[in-house]
Amino acid sequence: MGLWRWLSNSLSRWRERAGVRGLFSGLAAAGAATVAPAAVLPDDKAEAMFHVYDGGGVKADGPAFLVRKKLGERVSLSAGYYIDAVSNASIDVVTTASPFKEKRTAWDFGADWLVGNSVLTLSGSTSREPDYEANAVNADVAADVFGGMTTLSLGFTRGSDRVGRTDRREVFFDDVRRWQYRAGVTQILSPRWLMSLNAEAISEDGYLGSPYRAARVFGAFVPERLPRTRTGRAVKLRSLAEVLPDTALRIEARAYWDTWDVRGRTIEIAGTRKFGPQWLLDVSLRSHKQTAALFYADNAQVDTVFVTRNRQLSAFNSLGLGAKLTWKPAAAWAERYGVQVTGVFERKRFRFPEFIDLRNQRPYAYDANVMQVVLAGRF
Amino acid sequence: MRPERGLVGTSLALVLALLGSGCAIKPIEPWVKPYERERLTDPVMQWSRASLADRHREHIHSVREGARGAVGVQGGGCGCN
Amino acid sequence: MMSTPDLDPARRTFAGTVAAGLTASLVAPWFAGVAHATSVKPKALPPDFTLPSSLGGNLRLAEQRGQVVLVNFWATWCGPCLIELPHLNRLHDKYRSAGVLLLGVSVDNDAKAAAAMAKKLDLRFATLFDTAKTVSRAWDLDAMPSTVLLDRDGRVRHIHLGYRDGLEKTYEAQLRELVKE
Repeated sequence: MGLWRWLSNSLSRWRERAGVRGLFSGLAAAGAATVAPAAVLPDDKAEAMFHVYDGGGVKADGPAFLVRKKLGERVSLSAGYYIDAVSNASIDVVTTASPFKEKRTAWDFGADWLVGNSVLTLSGSTSREPDYEANAVNADVAADVFGGMTTLSLGFTRGSDRVGRTDRREVFFDDVRRWQYRAGVTQILSPRWLMSLNAEAISEDGYLGSPYRAARVFGAFVPERLPRTRTGRAVKLRSLAEVLPDTALRIEARAYWDTWDVRGRTIEIAGTRKFGPQWLLDVSLRSHKQTAALFYADNAQVDTVFVTRNRQLSAFNSLGLGAKLTWKPAAAWAERYGVQVTGVFERKRFRFPEFIDLRNQRPYAYDANVMQVVLAGRF
Repeated sequence: MRPERGLVGTSLALVLALLGSGCAIKPIEPWVKPYERERLTDPVMQWSRASLADRHREHIHSVREGARGAVGVQGGGCGCN
Repeated sequence: MMSTPDLDPARRTFAGTVAAGLTASLVAPWFAGVAHATSVKPKALPPDFTLPSSLGGNLRLAEQRGQVVLVNFWATWCGPCLIELPHLNRLHDKYRSAGVLLLGVSVDNDAKAAAAMAKKLDLRFATLFDTAKTVSRAWDLDAMPSTVLLDRDGRVRHIHLGYRDGLEKTYEAQLRELVKE
């Protein structure tokens, strides 16, 4: 299969250039030298979820599955399957085209190795829909240092997408290549307080727009013109603390900036509380605000090299309020298989002051509902 | 400015600073002992409890918003073994 | 600002990031607390303690001299500990009559939860409750679980930090040696 060959070629090229053997032996040496608490592999689990997103004329729902199992003491394997059945009547689609339905399927698989005080993860994913194929390979390292109080992590993702359009005979016509670099540190500050700092740089090269989307220049609709490269950086700081017995407070703040001049800030505050041994409630509030890309215009009055009317690249804000409830049945079988059921509901509002709804000539806004039901256990 | 180099430069600088400080001063003792980590294994003190649900939520954010990245990785927990 | 990014610098940058990771992993020993002074040293007497016991009353370590003692620190929230305990249970059954005393010291905040777990695992050796962590702090062992073997004079002979598959065989071999002395 083409993906498999591409994957093994990428991996061997990556290994040669980055001296991964050196990295492994360095980590193994560090692992042998420490007597501190070591990293642990993720627990075995099986999850099945049904998810729904409904907002702005787009409805996407479907099942998803995840399975993770240890092979012996040092290796954990995982596999996942995800389906999105999309019914798209979004404002772009309704005002410039006609509503459509399509299905997106994604698979992912991964392997984690425990090497001394570190966990090395290699994983891959592929997502297919009629006019877009996205593939990615990831490598991550997480090392526990400083008596297990600090976790350092590094990660790399190489993505390769094929872009297409279903209204042409020749579906796929261009591609996107992506490089993502991640670094993070998680620090235990007290027996009841954790903080984490993560940074990521994402670089893309290729066809970064949508072949179906139109921009507006002097009132007329033209195909959008986007740069073929984009580099963005994000930094996130978050804190998790047990502020009252069985109650935790989580605060996250992320700053994003990129070469298209989009600057975003995202803040999330969440509270989690246990109610007895069986119930757990998590309530969260998330606010996202961003500035417009340099070449974004709802109706450009100047003819520029690049122009887009993609509302996701405009200056907008969104607010989400969500609740997550987890239930562990009290029965003996539930205890033995670690069964728990989680229901999530989130209501999000999006306000686009710089994107005009052509149907009523007013700034566009919509509310969306996100719902998930997850059944989890171990085997 | 080439910010990839900025990211790498900063992490290298941080690491060298740690290395340097290790030479100059006695290594700091970890102040949270393994037997004090009970609260960190509690479900309320996990960053993520249902990975599928969280992944789906992040997927929605990256599709519906112009900003993405730095979603986060694990840490904390039991620290056993 | 919107120029084409070079791709070769991107790969060099990745190699740089990997180098940073390698350096970080070499820095790890500085922060591992490796050679810090612990009160539990080979051939020396460990700090004495008196803790409430699941078998009733209190148990004082110093009064157990004359027997070979295995002290194991565990907790209900520690996965590897719960895997190790059934093995210790078997060692207790096998060597009790030879003069080996197994003591499980639970560091749970909630003694009742620890007692419930001990009952669930059908532990036949004593569980001592160190809820205030006074013994853990005094012994200052850097891992969970940790196991210390004492000879008949009450001196420390072996220290094991952490649990690995098959470690119970090492315990058994070391107990047999100590019993023969």
